[in-house]
Amino acid sequence: MGIRFDAVTVAYDGNVVLDALDLTVAPGEVMALLGPSGSGKTTALRAVAGFVRPASGRVFLGDRDVTDLPPHRRGIGMVVQQYALFPHLRVEDNVAFGLKARKVPKAEIRTRVAEALEMTGMGAYARRHPRELSGGQQQRVAIARALAIRPGVLLLDEPLSALDAQLRSGMLAELARLHRELPDVSILYVTHDQMEALTLADRIAVMDKARLQACGTPRELYRAPANAFTASFVGNANLLPVTVGASGAALGTAELKIDTSGAAPGASATLCVRPHLVGLGDGPNRLTGTVTEIQWRGATHRLYVDVDGHRVMADLPELRTPPAHGESVTLHFASEDAVLLPAGVGDHG
Amino acid sequence: MLVHSRKAKWAVWALFLLLFLPLFALPLLVVLGASFATNWSSVLPSGPTTANYEAATRGEALQALTTSLVTALTASLLALAAGTWAALAAAALKRRSRKVMDALFVLPVAVPSVVVGLAILVAFSQPPVLLNGTRWIVIIAHTVLVTAFAYQSVSAAITRLDPAYEQAAASLGAGPAQVLWRVKLPLLLPSLTAAAGLCFALSMGELSATMMLYPPDWTPLPVLIHASTDRGALFTGSAIAVVLMAATLLVLLAVSRIRTRASYR
Repeated sequence: MGIRFDAVTVAYDGNVVLDALDLTVAPGEVMALLGPSGSGKTTALRAVAGFVRPASGRVFLGDRDVTDLPPHRRGIGMVVQQYALFPHLRVEDNVAFGLKARKVPKAEIRTRVAEALEMTGMGAYARRHPRELSGGQQQRVAIARALAIRPGVLLLDEPLSALDAQLRSGMLAELARLHRELPDVSILYVTHDQMEALTLADRIAVMDKARLQACGTPRELYRAPANAFTASFVGNANLLPVTVGASGAALGTAELKIDTSGAAPGASATLCVRPHLVGLGDGPNRLTGTVTEIQWRGATHRLYVDVDGHRVMADLPELRTPPAHGESVTLHFASEDAVLLPAGVGDHG
Repeated sequence: MLVHSRKAKWAVWALFLLLFLPLFALPLLVVLGASFATNWSSVLPSGPTTANYEAATRGEALQALTTSLVTALTASLLALAAGTWAALAAAALKRRSRKVMDALFVLPVAVPSVVVGLAILVAFSQPPVLLNGTRWIVIIAHTVLVTAFAYQSVSAAITRLDPAYEQAAASLGAGPAQVLWRVKLPLLLPSLTAAAGLCFALSMGELSATMMLYPPDWTPLPVLIHASTDRGALFTGSAIAVVLMAATLLVLLAVSRIRTRASYR
């Protein structure tokens, strides 16, 4: 079942927290809502669940307009950050909760609870109480509980942010597997973590300041971000102010040969280059500056280089003889790895 | 405050006992001592006897104990139901209306209970609702007096309840009634039993409003204690007081056992 936001605006006491959101999630698609806190992403999810009422606009599930429907009539699975497992019920009764509420016959409840717990690998814990489970296990039960009602839409609100890093990547793989097993379920996945969004989502909707900033496949957003905010929020980015020339752009005194189609000569623009696509030494599109910081990160070295007062980051495969602090170095990048963004639009530095 | 040195720990204990013993423990011990005495003219009571207890657990006194237990049980259950209902309703109100509700429910506590008793006496002494002379006027007075405490403690628990539970239940398809009975009330159970215990204890000890209202066939224990001491039977009164204390503590103990079984975290 698909989800469609049609100009959905949400305001609390005249304070707009979601501004005319238009977004369509196709049936079976995983859509990540990615953004910093206060960007409106959770509000969008809660509008689908029915816990906030849009001031204007409509929310559709499939072809059905659910804007005026109370949450319990929407038939949506939801998993939240703090799990919200009912502490007074055993795992199996937590999972059975939605089925009992729907008055599913007893025998069927038993098989569907077992099925949902099996799917999330929690079959052995059916008789436990939530307080006897670890965070990761509680999260699995919460997912089983949401899936037991066989929803057409699954809403995940920062489902992994309460877990530690190692557990998180495991659960991420688990969620991807679950989605392969349930290809018809549309998933709306709210997160502030770009890695989760890039790994799991078919498409990412980048949100900031109550507005949708960009929407596209992870690859599109990563390779050709539409604006500076998207560039810096989806992956790391060097964002450099340049002046567009006749056959390239200028960063201070450095002449850069890049594709400038669509930008008028003389205009200001922002150049976006990913740190891992920046190389050390001579090459095309040279940038010369002094090293202000070197970080050893195991497999890579991260260099911070000051180029005419602009900070350029370069992620390099571990260097045998890294440059010294304050040393002058030359960096380069390939023309096709650079993207020219319009200056100022959504620029958050 | 954290106290680290051994000396300071002893000092704090000494101060605690100095304040606690004379104010809380000693008066109760004195009543206990008096309940076994026939005479108290020197430092310690004399003439040890159990006759006071024979009087305190028979006839009139036994009936008063039953009266008190039935009154307190009924009043605290009614108060719990009304208080919880009101607290749930108040939680759904906007801030300003909730303030009005809070103020309304503080009223019986803020107003002296003598006044509450008098008000109930005046209100229910003539038709259409003529309750004067029946046990119900006592039970209603107790209910009115203790509902405030039930409302306040349940209200506090509702504000602490994480809305994520309700929302999870709603998203799973549970309607408002199912959310209430299968999620909210079970989660509030520890606070509900605590509130019930508090109401019960308060009702067991209520005297001032009861004095004005009780009919001759519905005499609660505090009234009987007052009557005994009034006619000079201090030691019998003490024995009845000990019975009152013991009965109340026993019920509270039973309630607290339910509570520990009902707390989940």
